[in-house]
Amino acid sequence: MNKQSNTYIIVYSIVLVVVVAVALAFTAMKLQSIQQRNIEIEKKTDILNSAGLFKEEPGMDKNKAVESQYNTYIKQSFLVDAQGNEVQSANPSADALKVLNNMKAALAVPEAERELPVFISEKDGKKNYIFPVYGTGLWGPIWGYIAMNSDLTTISGAVFAHKSETPGLGAEIATPAFEHQFIGKSIFKNGEYVGISVLKGVGASQGNDNAVDAISGGTITSRAVQAMIIDNLKFYLPYISKQQADVQ
Amino acid sequence: MSNKEKEPLFSAKNLKLLTGPLNQNNPITVQILGICSALAVTAKLKPAFVMALSVTVVCAFSNLIISLIRNTIPSRIRIIVQLVVVAALVILVDQILKAYVYDVSKQLSVFVGLIITNCILMGRLEAFALGNKPWQSFLDGIGNGMGYGLILIILGFFRELLGAGTLWGYRIIPQSFYEAGYVNNGMMLLPPMALILVGIIIWIHRSKNKSLCEK
Repeated sequence: MNKQSNTYIIVYSIVLVVVVAVALAFTAMKLQSIQQRNIEIEKKTDILNSAGLFKEEPGMDKNKAVESQYNTYIKQSFLVDAQGNEVQSANPSADALKVLNNMKAALAVPEAERELPVFISEKDGKKNYIFPVYGTGLWGPIWGYIAMNSDLTTISGAVFAHKSETPGLGAEIATPAFEHQFIGKSIFKNGEYVGISVLKGVGASQGNDNAVDAISGGTITSRAVQAMIIDNLKFYLPYISKQQADVQ
Repeated sequence: MSNKEKEPLFSAKNLKLLTGPLNQNNPITVQILGICSALAVTAKLKPAFVMALSVTVVCAFSNLIISLIRNTIPSRIRIIVQLVVVAALVILVDQILKAYVYDVSKQLSVFVGLIITNCILMGRLEAFALGNKPWQSFLDGIGNGMGYGLILIILGFFRELLGAGTLWGYRIIPQSFYEAGYVNNGMMLLPPMALILVGIIIWIHRSKNKSLCEK
């Protein structure tokens, strides 16, 4: 056979591409459920971590530990609308996780029709409200979970994650050193919503109840975190004020 | 043919295919290939190790596959055929990492996909697999992957130790050092410092191997 003829080349490339496509499609389908589960486990771990609840259980598979602790501590999860009302549905917690899996789409909806998830955890009588946040970093999406005390004013914990921020720089937002700064900070100043500012310079936020230190070398990612928190939590304000009114 | 069959699987010549790239023919320090990913993924030891493993697997199997089909490949589209094979293997590795070592795959992010453009792979396919038997090509792939991986692991080791005071995520430099005034070298975590480290490795390598020095 003439290996340089056009027919040979065309047939050869078609066969090659079909074989490769079938092989890849097959693996992708086989592995998809495991990958989806990994993503869901990671989200649940982050939710638990934001409220400081997740504990590794020695000798127990991490995935199982996450599932069981999530089911124990997350008492309620549901969607809230722009007026701060809980969205009524048959299975609110499944809806909340479903929206959480595609925050980008949920945030693309006009604010008046937007519905975003809230998770409420409870352990030893201590209640935490966990709000997911989602934004754009330097290289790709960044997201996180802000856990608030039952007064819905001070933050009890925060967890951040990112898709492709620079390791050692922007990626440092996903480290305990950065996240722990948020504990005890308040999103209100003299009763007015200000969110959390991320200030440049070590110690710049000292004594400031509404700010944390930025990552040095990660200015754009740090700014993105600030914008993400301020924009996302703003949506929950009606819900927050309703809950605060209920408490009083 | 009968003569060839008697050649043991790990003859001296075949072993040289494995060990050559570790030293005399190292893809990074001698051929200066694959520098980009070597700078990008070595801030920590663990991603560096997984990257080294991924490249070794992809390099070995793409060499094997291309060598198996080398007599059928039309020479006019051989680069495209090589790319398709490499890309398919890389996607496979990426999918497997996402399913079984999700944490690490997140750290490596785009760099697994970028293995496709790693010059070492195409270089070995063009220079070796197209003209050699499958077993030899397979060994050559493993050797070159390991040669690349060796440098990655050396870089990852020093960058993580000096830049973050940890290894594989575990704290190595005790807290008391920090209290006494020791500071991590943040520069180590930046890609430019990795380039300087590669330069230092090349320097040491050449001073030990006079045969590598240009006259």
